[in-house]
Amino acid sequence: MGYKMKTWILAVIAVILMALYVFYGLTGNIGYVLPRRLLNLLAICLTGGAIAFATTIFMTTTNNRILTPSVLGLDSLYMLIQTIIIFFFGSNMMVLLGGSVNYLISIAGMILFSLFLYQFLFKGEKNNIYFLLLIGMILGTFFGSFTDFMQVLIDPNEFMMVQDRMFASINNVNTDLLYISIGIIAITFIYFMRFYKYLDVLSLGREEAINLGVPYHYVVKRLLIIVVILISVATALIGPITFLGLLVVNVSYELMKTYRHFYIILGAVLVSMIALVGGQFLVERLFTFSTTISVIINFIGGLYFIYLLLKENRKW
Amino acid sequence: MVKLKNVFKAYNQRKVIEDVSLDIEKGTITSFIGPNGAGKSTLVSMISRLISKDDGAITIDGKDIMQTKNNEMAKKISILKQTNAVNLKLTIRELVSFGRFPYSQGRLTKVDEEKIDEAIDYMELRDIQDKYLDELSGGQRQRAHIAMVIAQDTEYILLDEPLNNLDMRHSVQIMKTLRNLVNEMGKTILLVIHDINFASCYSDHIVALKDGKIVKQGRTCDVIDQCVLKDIYDMDIDIKEIDERKICVYF
Repeated sequence: MGYKMKTWILAVIAVILMALYVFYGLTGNIGYVLPRRLLNLLAICLTGGAIAFATTIFMTTTNNRILTPSVLGLDSLYMLIQTIIIFFFGSNMMVLLGGSVNYLISIAGMILFSLFLYQFLFKGEKNNIYFLLLIGMILGTFFGSFTDFMQVLIDPNEFMMVQDRMFASINNVNTDLLYISIGIIAITFIYFMRFYKYLDVLSLGREEAINLGVPYHYVVKRLLIIVVILISVATALIGPITFLGLLVVNVSYELMKTYRHFYIILGAVLVSMIALVGGQFLVERLFTFSTTISVIINFIGGLYFIYLLLKENRKW
Repeated sequence: MVKLKNVFKAYNQRKVIEDVSLDIEKGTITSFIGPNGAGKSTLVSMISRLISKDDGAITIDGKDIMQTKNNEMAKKISILKQTNAVNLKLTIRELVSFGRFPYSQGRLTKVDEEKIDEAIDYMELRDIQDKYLDELSGGQRQRAHIAMVIAQDTEYILLDEPLNNLDMRHSVQIMKTLRNLVNEMGKTILLVIHDINFASCYSDHIVALKDGKIVKQGRTCDVIDQCVLKDIYDMDIDIKEIDERKICVYF
C-alpha cells in the first residue's frame, strides 16, 4: 500500500471521528450544543495540527527522531509562567487580566526562552543537539521545581486555579483566543511556505544540505523559530501535551515509510487529529470528564517512548 | 581553478590548518595525503563550505566561496563525505535525484530526469535503482552517492576518503570511475586518500600535509619519493617501479 492510499485512509478515519464527536448524542439545546462542539473541534484540530506540523519540522532540522520541542522544557516553562502570575498577582488578577493577556504573556515567554536555548544549538560548527537537550532538561527540571515551590506557598484556592491549567483540556475553549491562534498560525504557515522546499534536503543532514546549496544557517534558524511559535500557541491555547508530537510524528514515519515531507507532515497532522479528537471523544462521552485528554495522551505517549528507546537501543 | 591563499583554521586555540596556500588546476585529480590529524579533511571541508575558515581566502574560478550565493556554489562544487550514513527510507534513484536540487529546487524537470538517468547509467546502477539504501552493500552505497554527485553536475568534485571500507575490487572501480570523470567529462577532482599507492597510481598531483602545513606539493612523480615520504610519515618507505608506476612498499 502506497503512502497516498494511507493518507486517504487516515483522512477518512479522521473525518469519521470528527463526525462522531460532533453528532454523537446530540440532544438538548442543539442551537447551543452544536456551535460549542464545532468550536471545540476546531480548537482540537488546530492545536493537533500545529503540534504535529511543528514537531516534524523540529525533528527534520535537528536530524533526530526522539526529541520534541516539549522535551526541551517548554511545557514546564508554561506551567512556571502560569504559577508566577497567580503567585504574584493572585487569581483575581488572572480573571481581571482576562484570558488573552495571560495567553500573550505565555507565548512571549516561551518564544524568548526558546530563542535563548537556540543560542546553544548554533554555537560552533556542528549542531550541539545533545548539549541543547541537556540544557533544556536542566532548565525544565529547574522550572518544575520552582513551580512546585511556589505552589506549596500559595493559598489552596489559588492552587486550584493553577492545577486547572496543569493538564491540557479542550472542554472550554476561549473563543477569542481561538481566533487569535488561527491568525498567528495562518501567518506562520504562510511564512513557512518559503522554506518548504528545503525540508526534504535538510533531512539528509547538515553537510548534504550545504553541499546542495541550502543557505543552512539562515533556513534552520527561521524554521526553528516557526516551530517555537506554533508550539507556544498550541500550548497556550489548550495546555501542555508533552508526548503528542513525538507520538504522532513517529507513527507517521512508520506508516508512510517515505522521506517526502509533504506526506510525513500530512500523515502526522491527520494522526494527531485522530488521536486528539478520538481521545477527547473518549474523555467526554466514555469517561464523562473523569480524566483529561493529556492524561490519556501522555500515558500512550509514554509507553510508545519507552518502546522507541528499546527499539533504537537494539540497533547499537 | 581552486585557489587557497594563506588559509588558517583553529579549534579552541589548537591550530589545525596553518598558512596553507594552494592552486588546483582544472581537469586534474589532486590527492591530499598525510598522517591522521594532518588537517586533510578540515581543508577539504573548508573548500566545500562545510566549515568556516578563520583567515585567508578561498576562491573558485575567481569567486570567493563564502560571498557567492549558496545555490550558485552548489552548481560549481560538490562534496562527498566519508560519513554518509543517511538513515532515511530512500531508494537509489531518490538519492540521486537529490543531486538535482540546486537546479530544480525540488521540482524535477525533464532535463533533471535525463541527468539522473545518465548518472545512474554511468555508475551502472540501473538494475538496482529502486532498491532502498539500507538494503545495499557498502560498495553499492558508495556508488549511489557518487551517482548523486555526478547528477549534481559540478565542475569540481571533492571526496573525503571515498575508499573507506571498500574492498580492492570496489576501490579500483571507484578510482577508475573518477579517472574517467576527469578524462571524459573534464571534471576536476580533489580527494583525501589514505592509501598512498592509490594516490600514486591515479592522481596527477599530490598535496602532502603534516600538522596543518603543506610539506610538499607537486606532480605525483615528484611527491612519491623516499625522502619526501620519510618526511611526511616518519617511516622508511621503499619505492619500487612496476610498469612505470611507483609503488610504495611500507610493510
